[in-house]
Amino acid sequence: MSNSKTNASGQLRTYLSNHLREYGLLFALIAIMAFFQIMTGGILLRPVNITNLFLQNSYIIIMALGMLLIIVTGNIDLSVGSVMGFVGAFAAVLIVSHGLSVAAALPICLIMGALIGAAQGYWVAYWKIPSFIVTLAGMLVFRGLSLWLLEGQSIGPFPKSFQSLSTGFIPDVFGINRPNGTALAAGVITVCLIVWMGMRARARDKSYGIIGEPQALFIIRNIIIAGALLFITYKLSTFRGLPNVLITMAILTVVYAFITENTVLGRRIYALGGNEKASKLSGIKTEKMTFLAFVNMGVLAALAGLIFAARLNTATPKAGLSVELDVIAAVFIGGASMSGGSGKIIGAVVGAFIMGVMNNGMSILGIGIDYQQIIKGLVLLAAVFFDVYNKSKQG
Amino acid sequence: MSTLLEMRSITKKFPGVKALDDVSITVEEGEIHAICGENGAGKSTLMKVLSGVYPAGSYDGEIHYDGNLAAFRNISDSENQGIIIIHQELALIPQLSIAENIFLGNEQANKGIVNWRKTFSGTETLLAKVGLSEAPSTRLDTLGVGKQQLVEIAKALSKDVRLLILDEPTAALSEADSQVLLDLMLELKSKGVTCIIISHKLNEVRKVADSVTVIRDGVTVSTMNTKVETVTEDIIVRDMVGREMGARYPSRETKLGEPLLEINDWSVWHPEQSERQVIKNINMSVRAGEVVGIAGVMGAGRTELAMSLFGKSYGRNISGSVKMHGKPIDVSSVGKAISTGLAYVTEDRKSLGLILDDNIQRNITLANLGNVSKAGVIVEAEETKVAEHYRSTMNVRTPSVFQTVGNLSGGNQQKVVLSKWLFTDPEVLILDEPTRGIDVGAKFEIYGIINNLAAQGKGIVFISSEMPELLGMCDRIYVMNEGTFVGELAAKDASQESIMSLIVTD
Repeated sequence: MSNSKTNASGQLRTYLSNHLREYGLLFALIAIMAFFQIMTGGILLRPVNITNLFLQNSYIIIMALGMLLIIVTGNIDLSVGSVMGFVGAFAAVLIVSHGLSVAAALPICLIMGALIGAAQGYWVAYWKIPSFIVTLAGMLVFRGLSLWLLEGQSIGPFPKSFQSLSTGFIPDVFGINRPNGTALAAGVITVCLIVWMGMRARARDKSYGIIGEPQALFIIRNIIIAGALLFITYKLSTFRGLPNVLITMAILTVVYAFITENTVLGRRIYALGGNEKASKLSGIKTEKMTFLAFVNMGVLAALAGLIFAARLNTATPKAGLSVELDVIAAVFIGGASMSGGSGKIIGAVVGAFIMGVMNNGMSILGIGIDYQQIIKGLVLLAAVFFDVYNKSKQG
Repeated sequence: MSTLLEMRSITKKFPGVKALDDVSITVEEGEIHAICGENGAGKSTLMKVLSGVYPAGSYDGEIHYDGNLAAFRNISDSENQGIIIIHQELALIPQLSIAENIFLGNEQANKGIVNWRKTFSGTETLLAKVGLSEAPSTRLDTLGVGKQQLVEIAKALSKDVRLLILDEPTAALSEADSQVLLDLMLELKSKGVTCIIISHKLNEVRKVADSVTVIRDGVTVSTMNTKVETVTEDIIVRDMVGREMGARYPSRETKLGEPLLEINDWSVWHPEQSERQVIKNINMSVRAGEVVGIAGVMGAGRTELAMSLFGKSYGRNISGSVKMHGKPIDVSSVGKAISTGLAYVTEDRKSLGLILDDNIQRNITLANLGNVSKAGVIVEAEETKVAEHYRSTMNVRTPSVFQTVGNLSGGNQQKVVLSKWLFTDPEVLILDEPTRGIDVGAKFEIYGIINNLAAQGKGIVFISSEMPELLGMCDRIYVMNEGTFVGELAAKDASQESIMSLIVTD
């Protein structure tokens, strides 16, 4: 009896040490949130601040999804901040200056993003010019272009329908309003879905004799995630409900997680990053994959630009300045490897939240921008060091 | 003759494994001492202990070198005593010149300023010693592997080497280049340099070695002196694998079917140098159930031929026709080549064949993901089933298909690569050096797999630099030299001599 118990705890320990990265990230986020919750005297997790957290970080998270794919292919995109600013400016010129309807302007802006991604991806994929150089050029070009488009001025305000991209909320279909019934229902449904899918995957693993996560860990992890989700949706419901942008973000995250983990396309992108030559000799069109990753990044950067402009309700020449660094940092904190082939969508999202919570928490505490940058830099270095150290210990 | 090196009861433990268990070895001054053993037997670990990669204190046992008890703390300690290792993966920098490579870390400099005159003249002396006639300023990446190996040896000589350790020096060399290297070893021996050679190629061991130590599973199995006793390849193999090996090549009854692959007038130009024709008007054919060998020295164009056929993965201005079952096929991209029933198992499985950080399952299905997915979504259950099937039928020795491929032995990695290509259901497999760098036991298994495939009616193209292997395995052998086929022999009429003479007299 006691023997089997020690055996189980030993199993638990080996499993934890093999998956330290994934759990570490989750616990790091929780620890950071707890830290700021205490330090700010409870301000961090107030409904209005949670809502703000999502609004403030949405565009970073959306771009982190695309950046993860770029980094998995073994590339980097330094231009996303500029592209985001440029598309915001482009939208302002279309809608505010030329009076185009929002419904027409949105697809045009997204197509513009795709074209920008294609223009950069073309050089990287088909001419093998290092992405660092191509996108460094892109960073300058699109920063310049947005200055030129805006003639150095800010353009705004946008119509209400455009602003709702970012600042709108999902109405309460149940008519309760406080707490918001839709938000509560969405929270409960999501939790049920996550637990159900987790159990299904476990059952499947078991039928194949795969020894996965120990039962205890599975239960603890699910309780934490479910608790956190319910807590957050409850808090949101007592304010104004679910922000539109949260829904956009959540859907995109689920879609990209599915693509990367379960589809042929995703598998090929990871294979390409793991070993480009071997992938090519396995019949994978590696150039096309790289090209598509950049097109995708362009579209997501455009979407981020629209959301950002909608939130500020104006397009400014400074929009998106050095945002690329936050996005790239989020992906690396999330566990992606610079050499390509590894990294997870969920990691990038959690990485972005870690950065976001730190930004938000330090701002509430009134820590100067100087110290904020130093601390963020050190956290990035520590996260990557943790990765490298872990690998060297295993290897 | 005195004893130069004596390693006494060396035991080296890693967490969970005993890599070396009470290994002893004695090397006499001025001899060539061969160390043989299967992959994972502990040869490399032993050499790492000797050279100080694993510092004194991290192992048990004693090393006596030149009459003194040695305790090397790192590589430079052992190098100062004249012990130099040349690893299988050459430690040279391709973008630098021969001279810069030779004096790397030992620059001929005065107060940090390089004395180029001294560097170049020193290089010339050393190159003359190893018999390499190249200018010292030649960039290393313009040399073939054989010549690079000689540069490594010249580098070792620049450090006043007394004990030279060569780890699989001829693994990547052609027969001719290997011969040059072996001759050089004999010459160094006559000049008093002691050599330890680690090799899988037993015919070479027999040619040059004065004594042979066989290691199996971290234990010294036997030490033989070729002057005192007759040492045959069979004896070495028996000690290495711990049992009598029957035939080195499993027998197969050839049943020739219809012609599968036919290539006519195939020509390929070099991808960068547009005037250089790498493959010149080659015609070849493979029938169902046939194993066709391609023999030739390094640089003959065998890999280039295979890769140009497989989706034009090599070269430019490719012309000629390819037929499968008598009908012309399009092989202009890898995807098309795969779908017409071609598969190419590369000679460089680590950098071209596998995704080392991925697991076995993901590597096996990579070239045919369509077969384990529905509407672009991978059915993981199906994928695992496929991977498990190949793991058991190909006898990949690993606890599960979720094992990272990079951690497998060479033989098991090769089985994974073969599985990947079998899963594409090919009609003709082109195997490029399929047994390179894998041990005797695993080689035998690979041969068995090849025979099975032929018996199932697949056509096999077998490219190899090891002639005995071609002679033992093939029905027919094309001899290739400088981009053309210079001869075609039925295997039963062929011999190493007849193949070599075709290459030489061309």
